[in-house]
Amino acid sequence: MAVYIVRRLVAAAFILLAASFIVYILTTFAGDPLEFTLAITNPTQRQAVIDTVTETLSLDVPRVQRYLNWLHRLVVEQDFGLVSQTQQPISDELARRLPTTIKLVTGATILSIVIGISVGIITALRQYSGLDYLVTFVTFVFFSLPVFWVAVILKAWGGINFNDWLRDGAHFSTTFIVVIALVAALIGWSSAGGRWPRKAAFAAGAGVAMAALLAWISANQWMLNPGFGPVIFSLISIGITVLVIAVLVGWRSSDARNAALVTCGIGILSYFPLQAVLNGVPITSTLLGVPVVGHSANTPAPTITIWFIVLLGLIAILIGVAVGYLMGGYDRGQAARTAAITAFLISIVMFVDQAMKSWYEYTNASVIRGRPIKTIGASTERLEGSFWVIVDNTFSHLVLPTMALMLISLAAYTRYSRASMLEVFNQDYIRTARAKGLTERTVVVRHAFRNALIPLATIVAFDISGIIGGAVITERVFEWEGMGSLFIDGLQQFDPNRVMAFFVIVGGVAVVFNLLADIMYAALDPRIRVGE
Amino acid sequence: MTEIEPDDPSRPEHRPLVDEQSDFLQAEVAGLSQSQIVRRRFFRHRGAMIALFMLVFIIILAVTSVGWGPIPGWWKWDHTELVPITDERPTLSLRPTFLGGAGIQFGDHPFGIDNQAGKDMFALTMRGVQTSLAVIFVLGVLATTIGVVIGSVSGYYGKWVDAALMRFTDVIIVIPLLVITAVAGYALKLSGMWPTAIALGLFTWTGLARLVRAEFLALREREFVDAARVANAPDRRIIFKHILPNCVGTIVVSVTLLMGAGILTETALGFLGFGVRPPDVSLGTLVSAYQGAYQSRPWLFLWPGVFVVAIVLCLQFIGDGLRDAFDPRQKRIPGQKDLDRGLMDRAEAEILSSAP
Repeated sequence: MAVYIVRRLVAAAFILLAASFIVYILTTFAGDPLEFTLAITNPTQRQAVIDTVTETLSLDVPRVQRYLNWLHRLVVEQDFGLVSQTQQPISDELARRLPTTIKLVTGATILSIVIGISVGIITALRQYSGLDYLVTFVTFVFFSLPVFWVAVILKAWGGINFNDWLRDGAHFSTTFIVVIALVAALIGWSSAGGRWPRKAAFAAGAGVAMAALLAWISANQWMLNPGFGPVIFSLISIGITVLVIAVLVGWRSSDARNAALVTCGIGILSYFPLQAVLNGVPITSTLLGVPVVGHSANTPAPTITIWFIVLLGLIAILIGVAVGYLMGGYDRGQAARTAAITAFLISIVMFVDQAMKSWYEYTNASVIRGRPIKTIGASTERLEGSFWVIVDNTFSHLVLPTMALMLISLAAYTRYSRASMLEVFNQDYIRTARAKGLTERTVVVRHAFRNALIPLATIVAFDISGIIGGAVITERVFEWEGMGSLFIDGLQQFDPNRVMAFFVIVGGVAVVFNLLADIMYAALDPRIRVGE
Repeated sequence: MTEIEPDDPSRPEHRPLVDEQSDFLQAEVAGLSQSQIVRRRFFRHRGAMIALFMLVFIIILAVTSVGWGPIPGWWKWDHTELVPITDERPTLSLRPTFLGGAGIQFGDHPFGIDNQAGKDMFALTMRGVQTSLAVIFVLGVLATTIGVVIGSVSGYYGKWVDAALMRFTDVIIVIPLLVITAVAGYALKLSGMWPTAIALGLFTWTGLARLVRAEFLALREREFVDAARVANAPDRRIIFKHILPNCVGTIVVSVTLLMGAGILTETALGFLGFGVRPPDVSLGTLVSAYQGAYQSRPWLFLWPGVFVVAIVLCLQFIGDGLRDAFDPRQKRIPGQKDLDRGLMDRAEAEILSSAP
């Protein structure tokens, strides 16, 4: 295994070396990096700028020599060089841009993996049903949509129409409610199994529930000042718990069921005590050496930090594990797992609830002026407020680019997981599992789903490798200062330093993750052996 | 338990289910050649057939309306002509007069006018469709040739040839397409669509080469290849006459999807300013040019995008239909529920028939 990894890494290093040479030489052929100096009228100033850029890009030596200089600087001094026109160190640019890009793509990746795999599995379970055909068609449409075209439309709808709608009181029109309810009914009809009375019941239930929900949201102007409150929070928590139990362990597995229910109870009971904590009453300023309460750059008052939230999430998971372990009976692992997942999901609901409570404060802040959904950049400058207001601000900047980015990966994950699940369903061990008399839930979740995830794990690893550089267009449309714009700007100004910095980072990540994908495949599937 | 008469016609027969399946399949393909089977399966794929008709319609519309090269088309204007400035809104209407619309009509400017440049939008869009289709055609030809040759040589000869070619493929994969297209226009001293088309064709064959190589690796161990070798067939004959025809399915499907993705890549490049250069217009450059007009004059922005979506969607469906048609494992298998039901019914019937 070690020999295999070393061999792969050495091969990858040589590939990157060869490709970096080609990219560098090509970039130098793309145009004249001194072109911009034509705009400078003062001749002495202009000569000075030309000299500086010539020095930065070593334009006075042949191209191959330039590449070798660059490589030497990178390998020996770990220095990416300077931006040709501004003379900023590229490492500073990277330190600023890499987190931005990661912030942009993380949410989209996680959401499309979770939603895509769920939809893919449901359509595989209902193969050749109306839902299956509908989802297949929709994924084809998603694959065919040009990202920038959708992004421009999203920008107009989200940034202008949605904000106008909020300003006008956030009421849904009757037509809108009826149409959405009909769509919900259609999905309910096609996803239900069995004969038509059951399908009709599902459709009616889904349609009526959706219509009631939308009518309630519209009547209370909920979108202007959203939030769950204790009652809805409890209902959602119970719903999540029931769903987790039904999917993961089945209702008849009493120990795990009780552990999850107790965890849910603890979550609901801790709703009020946690309010004060989440609103930044300082209990302690550091926990295990991590600063959890600090002064944010914008506000004088102490406010909680993201680490505090992460810590609370971990505590929630630990409580779940503890409850599961204590109540687990003969299968402690299973009970602990179920309770921990329940606890984690409930803590996410609590986070969302808390963020929603600050929405009104956020939208009415002086710099937001009642137009919350943003289409430009990663955050609003000069916005003051608590941690939760900043969270809302980040969310409102992220929501549109995330939707644009999700389109294609969502479609891809849906297709892959459906195909993978169908492949597994044809295996002999699934027939064996059914023949043993296991419940359909056990067959699907335990025997089929886990094996279907093996090829998906490698696809996820591949995807992550591509995603750092893959948001080029989305970054351009929504004007995020990320890795993609570094690359495009560098290419447009014929600056090999920036292009190469992007190439090294993206190529390096791709190599590492591709290797990881292969190792993961071998680790997950005992039939595959690497290095032979 | 309900009584089932022994001669009830709804009762399943006492035969293994596998036989019923294979009978069903046999009857479907009996006496047909491989290409007939594929053609028949493809024609039966409803989505693919609709998509094929739509694509042919789009191609005919784009080519005949504004003409090709020196040949004039039937449309009043072409993409360079200045049109008299009138109402800039689109005149295309599909709503009949009795529903309160303007009646079903095409009008003088079905997609509206770009008043700033004084161009007819329908002519511009059709010209964009032509360019984009021409780009993916060049891309398809180049990528297929290079991909098939590299993949088959690599897969057939193996050893160091394989290692060298596959490492070369890896290098090509790592190089960002944007760099290539940015350089192509400047370095090749070409304008218009050609730099983009050639650059895309020269650098998007990697996936196809890997697929063809994998097919060759599997096929070269088969008996018919051994037989050809024993008969002293030269390598070239084995590659092109014996192995390659078996890969046609993979290649055709992959190239179709590659061309669909090619349109998206071409438009994305055009959008970023690295694609088709003036004086040519492509769908990508049109969308890019009119992105600011979406609020005030949405037709300028929407129509080119609609054609991108339509073309890619058609190619996706055709690719899907071809995949189903070429896949020998593609059987019409009864679903799990049918299987369960069949087994239950049979078990029930057996219990009944064995009862005294």
